[in-house]
Amino acid sequence: MSIEWYIVLSSLLFAIGAMGILIRRSPIVILLCLELMLNAGNLALVAFSRMVGNQDGQVFAVIVMVVAACEVVIGLGLIVAIYRRKLPLDVDELRTLRG
Amino acid sequence: MEEILFFAAALGALGGAVGVVLMRNPLFGVLALIVHLFSLAVLFLLLTAAFVAAAQVVVYAGAVMVLYVFVVAYVGDEHEPAWEPIPGQRFLAPLLGAALFVELSIAVLGSSLLALGTDGPDVGPGFGDPAAIGKLLLERFLLAFEASSVLLLLAAVGAVVLAARRRESA
Repeated sequence: MSIEWYIVLSSLLFAIGAMGILIRRSPIVILLCLELMLNAGNLALVAFSRMVGNQDGQVFAVIVMVVAACEVVIGLGLIVAIYRRKLPLDVDELRTLRG
Repeated sequence: MEEILFFAAALGALGGAVGVVLMRNPLFGVLALIVHLFSLAVLFLLLTAAFVAAAQVVVYAGAVMVLYVFVVAYVGDEHEPAWEPIPGQRFLAPLLGAALFVELSIAVLGSSLLALGTDGPDVGPGFGDPAAIGKLLLERFLLAFEASSVLLLLAAVGAVVLAARRRESA
């Protein structure tokens, strides 16, 4: 399979993830769509690393995975905190910041 | 054989992604994302990235998704209200997504990267296996490796601070 196919698939997945973030309002689903976009980026990184014949892109993909895991942990912590305070889990209603 | 595997995995990845966006119940969304992640692991294997594929299955589809399932079970699967704050949001968003896809494809395929149409150069049997990636992580990318370990520690502490039960119950 030529590399083009992987790159086109990765941009399609990225567009689907971006669309999901625009459509959905539940913060959990928005986090899931963020994962979709990060994974599309990972696929492009690994495909380009195969195209060049150099493993640096794969190391980059592993580091992106670590960053994604951190983002999930913080995001889910925020969702649990929101739920504990009996606030609505809807990003359109959570629009005021208070210290 | 490679083509069959690619198209099967690509269909799985696309189906999982569409499922995440369209499922009403967040729990089914999480399950769709697991299908997506497994299909991506197959694609990584096809691109001779064995270590990335293994990390994908173990870390992502294993650990991170379990975290999601627990939080969805804790918060409860609330269905979204039908009220739309921005009129036409549901019609404009797919349009913008399609525009983004076309733009990305034009940007990539219009670039003058000659190797894009090829299968990539022949690589040895050790390409992308754990030994090679581990050597790179501990030698050339040691700084990024250590920075990511500090980042993980910070995220763990931050999650405990954010989600801890407050005694004064603010």
